[in-house]
Amino acid sequence: MEAIRHLIEPGDLTNEEMEALVDLGLKMYNNPSAYSKMCEGKILASLFYEPSTRTKFSFDSAMLRLGGNIIGFADPSSTSDKKGESLADTIRVISYYADIAVMRHPKEGAPLLASHYAEIPIINAGDGGHQHPTQTLTDLITIKKYKGTLENHVVAFQGDLKYGRTVHSLIKTLARFNTKKFILISPEELKLPSSLKRQLMDKYPHLVIEEVRYLEDVVEQIDILYCTRIQKERFFNEEDYLKLKNSYILTLKSIEKAKDDMIILHPLPRVNEITYEVDDDKRAVYFDQSKMGVYVRMALITKLLGVDADVRG
Amino acid sequence: MLEVKGIANGIVLDHIRAGLGLKVFNKLIHEKFDYPVVLVMNVDSEFMGKKDIIKIENTFDVDLTVLGLIDEKITVNIIKDGKLHEKQPVAIPEKLKGYIQCKNPRCISHFDGYVEPVFTLYNKKQLEYVCSFCDEITKYE
Repeated sequence: MEAIRHLIEPGDLTNEEMEALVDLGLKMYNNPSAYSKMCEGKILASLFYEPSTRTKFSFDSAMLRLGGNIIGFADPSSTSDKKGESLADTIRVISYYADIAVMRHPKEGAPLLASHYAEIPIINAGDGGHQHPTQTLTDLITIKKYKGTLENHVVAFQGDLKYGRTVHSLIKTLARFNTKKFILISPEELKLPSSLKRQLMDKYPHLVIEEVRYLEDVVEQIDILYCTRIQKERFFNEEDYLKLKNSYILTLKSIEKAKDDMIILHPLPRVNEITYEVDDDKRAVYFDQSKMGVYVRMALITKLLGVDADVRG
Repeated sequence: MLEVKGIANGIVLDHIRAGLGLKVFNKLIHEKFDYPVVLVMNVDSEFMGKKDIIKIENTFDVDLTVLGLIDEKITVNIIKDGKLHEKQPVAIPEKLKGYIQCKNPRCISHFDGYVEPVFTLYNKKQLEYVCSFCDEITKYE
């Protein structure tokens, strides 16, 4: 019997596997009906211990588009978690009810812990400020769609780089794909965690990382601009949040000098960090990014379930 | 002069830097430990001037992982039938379980009682370890 594969962090997939998932996701996007019965009879457990709209619906939609079914919860107050049941016990039992599980949890490392006790594949749909590997796949499929390749880009991250788990997952991944340069744009308080930066530099000594305060100083160089929300739920106190929430608002003026083929990504939801006027700019691809997330998640589900999707592609 | 006799079977931790013996003792020996143990402090040493020694009798079942974190120069002598049976190397452990807590307050290891992260050595000089659950770097202190 083959060992169960989980997706807890981007490192669980090789570069080749990631590219294969992205390519399969693009095939599914171009011809969804060819894959509409791939997961008939399979059940996805959707375990959201923290609120989510996009990620949850994206996984639900992905499984339904593959012909599968969904069980789960979007509010932990309706589960045994509130009665004090351990995560290990919950996941052991859910292993008997479903074929694959997707989990979001506010505590960092919770999906990894679950994977130690699960008898089915576990997908991390975000754990605290730590990792969000399927958002990374979503980002990658969007980059591939618009830029044709995952390599040799100048990638800028703007906003909350400290608590933004999507940033942590994507930067770790793009470091593996010969990224020409990373530019980190954030206020002092929300800089990339130093432990992550150190680990990146130790592992990839050739990596170029430039840290700046303002987008305007570097905008002409950028191929991919990744904006993030200042996340209220990650702050320990309201005062710090209010002080920083209006930092780094993207306007048409701020991208005036940007390249014509630059793309703007955002994991959504947006609060006010990108003004609505930017939505109509052809470089703003964040809504399409959200759409592409469904297809790459479809590809991931078929891979982890061991359903051979390529035969139908 | 204070005299402590040799042991027939057990472990002798020798060449502990003078003053560190108590720390080693406290890390290794817990309340329910049921074997004879002596800690000798500040004895004369030809090479070290002064040193501490710990002798543990009638058991070999002691987790010595922590020694490498305190001082790699400590000597571990395994004594069997009154003779030196083996000298065990002391090294900074590559993996650690149970000796440190993750410094990240959001790490799952602080919330589920049965969870014990495995820490992997990240920086030998600084004694820094990476948490298996959340990747945070924590220093052994």
